[in-house]
Amino acid sequence: MSEKVKVTIDGITVEVEPGTSILNAARQIGGDIVPPAMCYYSKLEGSGGKCRTCLVKVSKGSEKDPRPMPKLVASCRTGVMDGMEVQNITSPEVIEARKGVVEILLINHPLDCPICDQAGECHLQDLSFEHGVGNSRYEFDRRTFEKIDIGEKIQLHMTRCILCYRCVYVANQITDNRMHGILGRGDASEISTYIEKAIENDFSGNVIDVCPVGALTDKTFRFKNRVWFTKPVDAHRDCPTCKGKVTLWYKGDEVLRVTGRKDQFGEVEDFICNTCRFETKNTSSWIIEGPRHIAQTSVISSNHYEFVPLPVIKENQVLIEANKIEFERATKI
Amino acid sequence: MNFWERLYLPAIFQGMGITFKHMFKKKETIFYPEFEREFSENWRGMHSLKRDEEGRERCTACGLCALSCPAEAITMIAAERQKGEETLYREEKYAAVYEINMLRCIFCGLCEEACPKEAIYLDGPIVPADYLRKDFIYGKDKLVEESMKVQQN
Repeated sequence: MSEKVKVTIDGITVEVEPGTSILNAARQIGGDIVPPAMCYYSKLEGSGGKCRTCLVKVSKGSEKDPRPMPKLVASCRTGVMDGMEVQNITSPEVIEARKGVVEILLINHPLDCPICDQAGECHLQDLSFEHGVGNSRYEFDRRTFEKIDIGEKIQLHMTRCILCYRCVYVANQITDNRMHGILGRGDASEISTYIEKAIENDFSGNVIDVCPVGALTDKTFRFKNRVWFTKPVDAHRDCPTCKGKVTLWYKGDEVLRVTGRKDQFGEVEDFICNTCRFETKNTSSWIIEGPRHIAQTSVISSNHYEFVPLPVIKENQVLIEANKIEFERATKI
Repeated sequence: MNFWERLYLPAIFQGMGITFKHMFKKKETIFYPEFEREFSENWRGMHSLKRDEEGRERCTACGLCALSCPAEAITMIAAERQKGEETLYREEKYAAVYEINMLRCIFCGLCEEACPKEAIYLDGPIVPADYLRKDFIYGKDKLVEESMKVQQN
């Protein structure tokens, strides 16, 4: 490989391979300076450039040509140059632009978070919480669609879709033959299967994981519980079709949902197959690895313990015995 | 002590005088539960699950009340609204089971503030005493406001 190039993002310098995008360079630094991304997905080739949430300001083009770029650029689609200086959260212009982008994304997005199964792990929810303004200037009716069942296990709420195209790329690249795509143009575009054909593929369930909003949801988990009341646990199993590394979402002893393992940027580590996702929902078929690490900023981390909590009653026989008697008395009543 | 003080009678009558004076004073106690004191405007009593203008249940089982509850007193199970139930529930999801453990509840009002649907309010009376712990787990039968048809009759 050729020499590494130096790029400075918000005053932090990092050396990356030439050809890396600004977004990926920022992800190598990590922390608050990583631009948010709604449509870019590092595991999907060709994704990105649609949602404009990752806009950054390039204040110095490169060492050879130090002129700044005239407009804000989408960091997921712009490659780094040697000596490039990028401003993300240090530029008020970027913050202002991001507010506008959130407002545009929310123009047609319904405010049904209390109903939506994605709430709590929704990227648009996080984005609008962090960057959005409280109100919208849009005065017209939002576009609405009927719910569509894509196959038996996946439900499409087109009303919630922000047209990030991630699911289309999944269908294109992960599954053998694509059966759904985007119909129509501009404001009229919508995700659809031709003649509402069910997606018959082992990996079609991954569209649920890649969807940044609640447009594609798991029908087997529909309205079962809120994600922040379920406990994520890492587990794996011997799967003939996929790697079998998943996160199980427990409520009590019951596995309510199986998803891929999502990293800090909300991207799955490995795509999992439909058998793992929809059909193996009992503890006995999994080998448990331990609680999944959840970021402190996530609502899912409430009451989530990554260690075994100390027992309330320690090894005191008198107390344990008294507890049993009290329990028997209570159950009699 | 002199003679009068050693008799103790003046002190006894003085004390009796105070007792008699109190018989004609306004009573501070009230006969609860026949009479109730006027509550302040921001009083927080028993919870009630509200209905909207058309008598449909407002609660959509989003779980934010349970999440905000510091005492973890609230539990719920959601269900999907079926066709024909549009007059019963406002949203496409509703709480099939909604329980508040009144022994755990500390009446802080955070659920009221968390609710995005203006469905829960702590505007009821004092939660009555009872004998069994299980009777303090209030379900939808006790919490949901009476529908308007019942109220009018």
